[in-house]
Amino acid sequence: MAEHSAVAAELEHPHALQHHFDDLGQQYDASTFGMWVFLVQEILFFGGLFACYTVYRSMYHDAFALASSHMDRTVGAFNTLVLIGSSLTMALAVRAAQLGHKKALVRNLLFTMALGFVFLGVKVYEYSHKWHEHLVPGLNFLFDSPHARQVEILFSFYFAMTGMHALHMIVGEGLLAYFVVKALKNTYTQTYYGPVEIMGLYWHFVDIVWIFLFPLLYLIG
Amino acid sequence: MSNHHVEPKSTYYLVFLALVIGTVLTVLAAGVHLGPLNIVVALGIASCKATLVVLFFMHVRHSTPLNQLTVAVGFLWLVILLVLLMGDYFSRSWVPPPKAW
Repeated sequence: MAEHSAVAAELEHPHALQHHFDDLGQQYDASTFGMWVFLVQEILFFGGLFACYTVYRSMYHDAFALASSHMDRTVGAFNTLVLIGSSLTMALAVRAAQLGHKKALVRNLLFTMALGFVFLGVKVYEYSHKWHEHLVPGLNFLFDSPHARQVEILFSFYFAMTGMHALHMIVGEGLLAYFVVKALKNTYTQTYYGPVEIMGLYWHFVDIVWIFLFPLLYLIG
Repeated sequence: MSNHHVEPKSTYYLVFLALVIGTVLTVLAAGVHLGPLNIVVALGIASCKATLVVLFFMHVRHSTPLNQLTVAVGFLWLVILLVLLMGDYFSRSWVPPPKAW
């Protein structure tokens, strides 16, 4: 009898339902909407950087091409594939959450984390390489060309934009670790997987930013 | 729940494949000299890739109309930001600076 009323209570008011929502569906819609509003703000935040880049590139077209030729496009393309792969595993993680497959959810979250770390590791390699080539603006920039100052501007954009992107990746890695722990504690169910969906939205957004950064920084030489 | 739609795994694999092909095409296209068209091709491919991610990975295809509107408005604002800013910079040279009195 006590067990029956517990089931009834769970149906009446699911554990995951916040008291200010009518039902889990409304809660899900409200939370994904909130995430999209946040992402629109993120689009405009990165949009400002892209707009600034566009203005300077239209001014110093040749210098930007020269600077871009100092970037390793093979490494950049490799990292693009790594990040696309991590988006695939993230999408599969959300799908596993929708279906209530705990093992697949945890596995795909861990794959996503691993691919994210590969990306960040390659980024560390690239940054240290730039340091040795004296291409870090403001710290050790040495470039033998009449366009040196303009080349320095592109490298400023490179570090500002990929740096902001990498910071988002690092935040994402922390969030993924949190989701792995929560998933292991059976927090997510077929009717309550909204947070995993939101984690996915964030991760895919960071992927999209890189999809634009890669050609604009690495491939204009 | 308005979003009970579960995509088959094959959809995600196909989108992933399209994204890989797009990346390869971007690198190949950058090696061909098209002049000012290079950037148009690069951004065109990037936009297609981003659209695939938004529609399939981010589930906007099956999202609520409110979310779809929010995404559309986000990109509209981005376009306003870029068009007005570039409109300013490109048109500055059209009018000569006024002479001193």
